[in-house]
Amino acid sequence: MSKFKKKKGGELPPVNTASLPDIVFMLLFFFMVATVLRKNDLKVLNQLPPADQIEKLDKSRTVFIYIGKPSDNYKGKSKEAIVQIGDRIVDVSEVKTAILQEVSTLRQELQSSAIVALKIDQDAEAGLVYDVKQELREANLPKIIFITTPNSAVE
Amino acid sequence: MAKRSAPEINAGSMADIAFLLLIFFLVTTTIDKDKGLVRQLPPPLDENIVPPIIKQKNLFVVLVNSNNDLLVEDEPMELKDLRQAAIDFLDNGGIPAGQEGYCDFCQGSRSPSSSDNPDKAIISMSSARKTDYTTYIAVQNELGAAYNELRDRESQRLFGWKYTEVKAAIDAGNYEGNEEKAKEKLKQVRTLIPFKLSEAEPKSN
Repeated sequence: MSKFKKKKGGELPPVNTASLPDIVFMLLFFFMVATVLRKNDLKVLNQLPPADQIEKLDKSRTVFIYIGKPSDNYKGKSKEAIVQIGDRIVDVSEVKTAILQEVSTLRQELQSSAIVALKIDQDAEAGLVYDVKQELREANLPKIIFITTPNSAVE
Repeated sequence: MAKRSAPEINAGSMADIAFLLLIFFLVTTTIDKDKGLVRQLPPPLDENIVPPIIKQKNLFVVLVNSNNDLLVEDEPMELKDLRQAAIDFLDNGGIPAGQEGYCDFCQGSRSPSSSDNPDKAIISMSSARKTDYTTYIAVQNELGAAYNELRDRESQRLFGWKYTEVKAAIDAGNYEGNEEKAKEKLKQVRTLIPFKLSEAEPKSN
């Protein structure tokens, strides 16, 4: 008879939390691996325009150019859009030398097929973009990609 | 001497430490997903090369002024109509059947005053210096879309799949099947409808 004695009260047994650290560690390692710490400190405003005919970018052979108005922390003399390559703000006439220097930091075998990614603020002017493109033409870096946000361009 | 057992370390706070680290990485992580419009710049200008003569009818001129208005083939146009206009121009196939350069796959109106063949057709875009970059990208996007739509149509007809989808799959590295063969076919579509978008120097007004 005593075998079938009912337990007193309806108390639930406590949930075993011993595996909680394991789960958390698993998540932690995922984010540690997936994290890319930002290489360049952005000195310009960078709100990208929308487009939908887009292709993916191969990161390993890419150098970045940022164009936009100077952000609040870096307000200099001008309110006009400026060009940032790597960590430096460069003049349009210096783009060629600066970008070639930036390309030389890539892996040797990728340098000949380097892609220039242009991250340009949506309020920038087409004239400046054209000037930068002319510099890239002279630097013999014909492959470019305009980074955009994936949205329809026609509203 | 009596053996003293070492006290057990309390691991209860381990989860807290791990959570702290987890939250730090959660906050700092930016999973990059850069995508954009790929373009090829022309080689540097060579003074010795004489520019080829292009027939006016093979040229599709898109102008953008500093108020971000479009002028396409001397007519004002809304941005939303640009894609179709470009497709109509590229797909025209103006050379009559039987003559050299006849476009056997074109479905356009075959007007003699528009482009001869997608292979010959060139889109020329020019903007003012003060044009917004947003508009510039939107125009580039629409013109690229016109080419993509035509390429999709032709690859659908020839091989039964869409050019842009297969190209995206190959770029992402998850194309199922023979990648080399597919690349060859993509190239075939590209020679059928080559991307010819030229950009003129922006005007100052």
